[in-house]
Amino acid sequence: MKSSPTKRRWIWGIISVLVILYALFPVASIFATSFKLPSDLTSGTFLPNTWSTTNYEQILVGDAQGLFLSALRNSIGICLIATFVAVILATLCAYAIARLDFPGKRLVLTTALGVSIFPVISIVTPLFNLWRNIGLYDTWLGLIIPYLSLTLPISIWTLAAFFRQIPWELEQAAQVDGATTWQAFRKAIVPLAAPGVFTTAIIAFFIAWNDFVYGISLTSTEAARPVPAALAFFTGASQFEEPTGAISAAAIIVTIPVVVLVLAFQRQIVSGLTQGAVKG
Amino acid sequence: MSTSVEAAREAPAPTRPVKQPLSDRAKAERRLGLWLAGPAFVIMLAVTAYPILLALWESLFKYRLTAPADREFVGLGNYATILSDGLFWRDLGVTVLITVITVVVELILGFALALVMNSALKAVRGWLRTAILVPYGIITVVSAFAWFYAFDINSGYINSWFSWVPGIDADLNWFADTWTALFVIMASEIWKTTPFISLLLLAGLAQVPGELTEAAEVDGATWWQRMSKVIIPNMKAAIMVAVLFRALDAFRIFDNVYIMTNGAYGTEVLSLLAYRTSITRLEIGMGSAVSVLLFVCVIIICFIAIKLFKVDLTGARGGN
Repeated sequence: MKSSPTKRRWIWGIISVLVILYALFPVASIFATSFKLPSDLTSGTFLPNTWSTTNYEQILVGDAQGLFLSALRNSIGICLIATFVAVILATLCAYAIARLDFPGKRLVLTTALGVSIFPVISIVTPLFNLWRNIGLYDTWLGLIIPYLSLTLPISIWTLAAFFRQIPWELEQAAQVDGATTWQAFRKAIVPLAAPGVFTTAIIAFFIAWNDFVYGISLTSTEAARPVPAALAFFTGASQFEEPTGAISAAAIIVTIPVVVLVLAFQRQIVSGLTQGAVKG
Repeated sequence: MSTSVEAAREAPAPTRPVKQPLSDRAKAERRLGLWLAGPAFVIMLAVTAYPILLALWESLFKYRLTAPADREFVGLGNYATILSDGLFWRDLGVTVLITVITVVVELILGFALALVMNSALKAVRGWLRTAILVPYGIITVVSAFAWFYAFDINSGYINSWFSWVPGIDADLNWFADTWTALFVIMASEIWKTTPFISLLLLAGLAQVPGELTEAAEVDGATWWQRMSKVIIPNMKAAIMVAVLFRALDAFRIFDNVYIMTNGAYGTEVLSLLAYRTSITRLEIGMGSAVSVLLFVCVIIICFIAIKLFKVDLTGARGGN
């Protein structure tokens, strides 16, 4: 405990490097793989011998383009819609929970908790059959609806935690000062609530973006198959070639936006996650 | 903490004796509350309760999608078939093993990471947090591929890097043996989900009153004594929540196993069994029964957690 400041700095420096290595290594690993030439893939080295963009060309402009770009479009579209719907509904719900007195508040929160521990695979089997019967199989809507079971509960919990911290008296104060109800709400509450809603949207989007089970079970073609599922069904340039390079390149492309979002909003994400989960 | 107390106070509206008639204002508020919370509530029920009831119903039939005309009511027959099949019990065993090992390792690792983040110098704190969030943001499938390619006998570099370790050489095929395959599956699961647990524990650490630790330090308590006597007991709620949520999550493990071995060499888990039965083999009746059993297992885990650790789920989420 009595070690000198410089020594402490060194120890902390080493620990930090270790932690950062731990966190980033698998990403660096797949990043390196994505730049390998097909001939290089079996060389057994971490870094490519020659850096090549062949894999990126293959999935962006080459023969795997159709597969990858349609999956990307599906993922972005479906996840944005599922996030949007979940956040709107959760905002209304969380506002009511934080602000109004009505019967069944606890029931709503408990249900959200129950839904969030629900095993996805238990819902997928009946949905698979039901969606085939009513024509939702392999459609955007057929994924958006089940995605709500992933995004709604966490949105409600996180937003309820955020909204409870808002000093609602501000609204009344504004009304006393002569603002109409709507003005008071818009001017005093919306600016306070917006960061929470935004954070929740990012977290919900991550969760939808990460889904795999619904993606592989409820789609069969490029019409609705999202990126994670498409990665699992990738085939190489030829039937006999392992698609390692193409999958790595695709993985990097879908990882970059997520990592950028994480870097940009890390403070909000951490507080959102922990408040929703620990404080509630 | 104050927020949760407040919530607990205002929450159970229905149990409050409603002796005096509600004022118009209160009535209007109730109506508005129900209207605002209603849609989310109804949708949550529709996307989960309805399918699980449907699964319960379909699990009572012998029903193959390839031969819909042969649909036949068999009662609990599917369940009897599954429960008397060794495959189910083996998959259950693998699932439980993965759950227990990953949760224990994640708890230790996550706690260590939380301590590092909690006491790191200001200059590096932000960096650590950012780095820790990267695994959280990565798609599980991508992380599964990253680990798979690193260990794969053709494209991997692990074998050549660790050839000095006894038992590892260029010919070691990690995914052709139950234990080595499970090792890689669990490693990637741990890498991907430890950040979540460490963030929860970091929030728990922040809730430990600083005066307590300082007082213990003044009284001459060692680091270990402060940990075990002051800090950990004060974080009990956060630890319980983290363990329970991770356990439920790990029990549903699917992506990693699907990508790395697809259940081959004795690495199949329950989720994969359910998926294979209904979606690959189109045995809707049997698959539904597996799904229902999986659901029952999850409920049992919750029940054990609540009884054993005395976690009030809604209360535990509300802090101490």
